[in-house]
Amino acid sequence: MSQQQNELVTEPVILNMGPHHPSTHGVFRMRVALDGETIVDMEPVLGYLHRGIEKLAEAKTYVQVVTLTDRQDYVAAMTNNMAYVMAVEKLSGIKVPERAEYIRVIMAELMRIASHLMAIGFFLNDLGVFQTVIVYCFREREKVLDLFEMASGQRINFSYMRPGGVIQDLPPQFIPQLKQLLAELPGYFDEYEQLINENEIVLARTKELGVLPADKAINASASGPVLRGSGVAFDLRKADPYSAYPRFQFDIPTGTRGDAYDRYLVRVAEMRQSLRILQQAVEQMPTGPHRTRTPWLIRPPAGDAYAHIESPKGVLGVYLVSDTGISPYRYKVRPPSLINLTTLRDLVVGCKLADCIVIFGSIDVNMGEVDR
Amino acid sequence: MTTAVVASDVAQQVNTVMPGRVLEATGSTLVVRPVAVFEVARWLKANLGFDFLECLTAVDYLQHFEVVYYLLSLSSNQSLVLKTRLQGREGLQVPSVTPLWQGADFQEREAYDLFGIQFDGHPFMKRLFLWEGFPGYPLRKDFL
Repeated sequence: MSQQQNELVTEPVILNMGPHHPSTHGVFRMRVALDGETIVDMEPVLGYLHRGIEKLAEAKTYVQVVTLTDRQDYVAAMTNNMAYVMAVEKLSGIKVPERAEYIRVIMAELMRIASHLMAIGFFLNDLGVFQTVIVYCFREREKVLDLFEMASGQRINFSYMRPGGVIQDLPPQFIPQLKQLLAELPGYFDEYEQLINENEIVLARTKELGVLPADKAINASASGPVLRGSGVAFDLRKADPYSAYPRFQFDIPTGTRGDAYDRYLVRVAEMRQSLRILQQAVEQMPTGPHRTRTPWLIRPPAGDAYAHIESPKGVLGVYLVSDTGISPYRYKVRPPSLINLTTLRDLVVGCKLADCIVIFGSIDVNMGEVDR
Repeated sequence: MTTAVVASDVAQQVNTVMPGRVLEATGSTLVVRPVAVFEVARWLKANLGFDFLECLTAVDYLQHFEVVYYLLSLSSNQSLVLKTRLQGREGLQVPSVTPLWQGADFQEREAYDLFGIQFDGHPFMKRLFLWEGFPGYPLRKDFL
């Protein structure tokens, strides 16, 4: 009998996680092969949110495309706007006034805080701290969205930036309200750290889980908190400074082990650095025009341009090709979320099914950006 | 600040090791023959330290397709653009760089999905977003 049991051969069970699983942050499907509770293989199935944004852009004017960029990473629309308008400016040689650069940096850093808050909240959701942390995080995100609404009139799809600057100047009450938020935020961040950092369940479930070594992260073109969590201090704001970033002092937080816990810590530390940048930006804020005059129909010279920025999720690149027409000949996005997912298979194979959700949550992807 | 390497210098170096691979070198853009993509990329990675494949994409120029690689070296903070041109519209093939940079995996699958360019040597050449059997390649200019 015991001999027979030893020879018992099991077949892996194929299980579809998603596309409507609550932990999949949108419509992501993982086709996992399970041996008991252990994952032996995983294939990500993408495309449920594929709207053909790159094709749609070829039939819109350069300014109209800004509205499409909002819908890529819909929790960080400001940085999408920024990457796109920077590519247009590079392609057509449009200069940006100093004040507009500062406004852009303020928006990008507020967006980073809002996006990281979402990431942390949902990460804890995935861990089973259902809805507790996310409610705290949304409390602060609301305040950031209030500021965005004040500036752009929108709360999610801002379309605030334009080639040559931003669509309208900040209203007079913006800076005082921003200053008030900056004063409140450190207290909020302390609150999360008290809640989460030393929480025994969080530590037990995230430490040493989903370890991504630095060389592997670089080889897989990972970027953002995923790469920095693995100890690589690569941040485009320092490595290839753009906009007004060279004028600000800030550090690049990195992890040491490259596990899910490190990626969380890096996000919290990055929010504190964003705060530093915001404080400097508010102090140095220059006066002047918020936008250069550009033609309504921009016709860049024939050629291509690639602009990249450090979005909350990593390196966000935009590749534009112009044929001197009024709409892009080719519009390509280098989405950090999609490319960070490259490593997912290696990270989850060998883990338990429940850990797979935690690892996926720690990468922080946005399906709008993955599928486009 | 990321410095863009001078492509003509790189072309000279590549030519001494592998003659006839480079077609053009302007600014920081190196255009190579399609069949030579893998060996040039491997040489660039090994000798010039381009360890980070930032972006891989394709463009349909009607007469030809262009595959574009944005390479980055994290250690020396340099960048280089590698391009190759594929003539014709059917049976497009280019060697895969996924064995060199794992980051090319999804990007090559995306280019295959939307442009119909086959990447030889890719471990899992399957459409990324659209389903198998989808008619045509949507980002081609003659699709719509």
